[in-house]
Amino acid sequence: MAIVTTTKGEMDDSLLEKREGVDENDNERAEWIEYWLDGELVHRSVHMTLKKFTLTGEAIAAQLG
Amino acid sequence: MANTQAMTTSFKVDLLNAVHAFNAAGIPAHTAATADTFKAALYLASATVNASTTAYSATGEVTGTNYSAGGVTVTFGTAPTSTGTTAFITPSASIVYTTVTLSTAFDAVLIYNSTQSNKAVSVHTFGSQTITAGTLTLVMPSNTAGTALLNIA
Repeated sequence: MAIVTTTKGEMDDSLLEKREGVDENDNERAEWIEYWLDGELVHRSVHMTLKKFTLTGEAIAAQLG
Repeated sequence: MANTQAMTTSFKVDLLNAVHAFNAAGIPAHTAATADTFKAALYLASATVNASTTAYSATGEVTGTNYSAGGVTVTFGTAPTSTGTTAFITPSASIVYTTVTLSTAFDAVLIYNSTQSNKAVSVHTFGSQTITAGTLTLVMPSNTAGTALLNIA
């Protein structure tokens, strides 16, 4: 059992429905976790790794060939 | 030997360290040997932040529980460096917004220099997100040439 911060306050996760997933593309990898209580979203966190870095124009031109 | 046209790599690193000033009006107030403070602000999916953004603005910024306007401080614990002809730097720690509720979809973070009149540095976009009584953690890419968050190539 674990305590989860929710819109209703601190709650035991055994009382909640847990949903989680990963959305990944060329830009980022987003791992999300949600807790629901009686059909209501009461917690959502996202752990996102950024992949897309910024480049100067010179480098962009080089990438485009 | 042969000469090769190039912007020197040392200059690129110098740019990240504010060493050069080509115009008196552009000289920042770097009178002390201290690094500037950089911050990261989140923007709604409906906002317009892009390469034309010159400074932080609250217009289009997210609002919500435990989110302070202007965002959070970004930690640059590692000095700018270079590999090959690319100068680069990446925040040395994840950017974290702890126990926030951001109910309206957001999809961008603006990194800006809060020491120097909130001047904009970079915009990074991602898929739209919301946070509910939770934590948003933006994990940085590897601090190497070509993968660092900021590259001058």
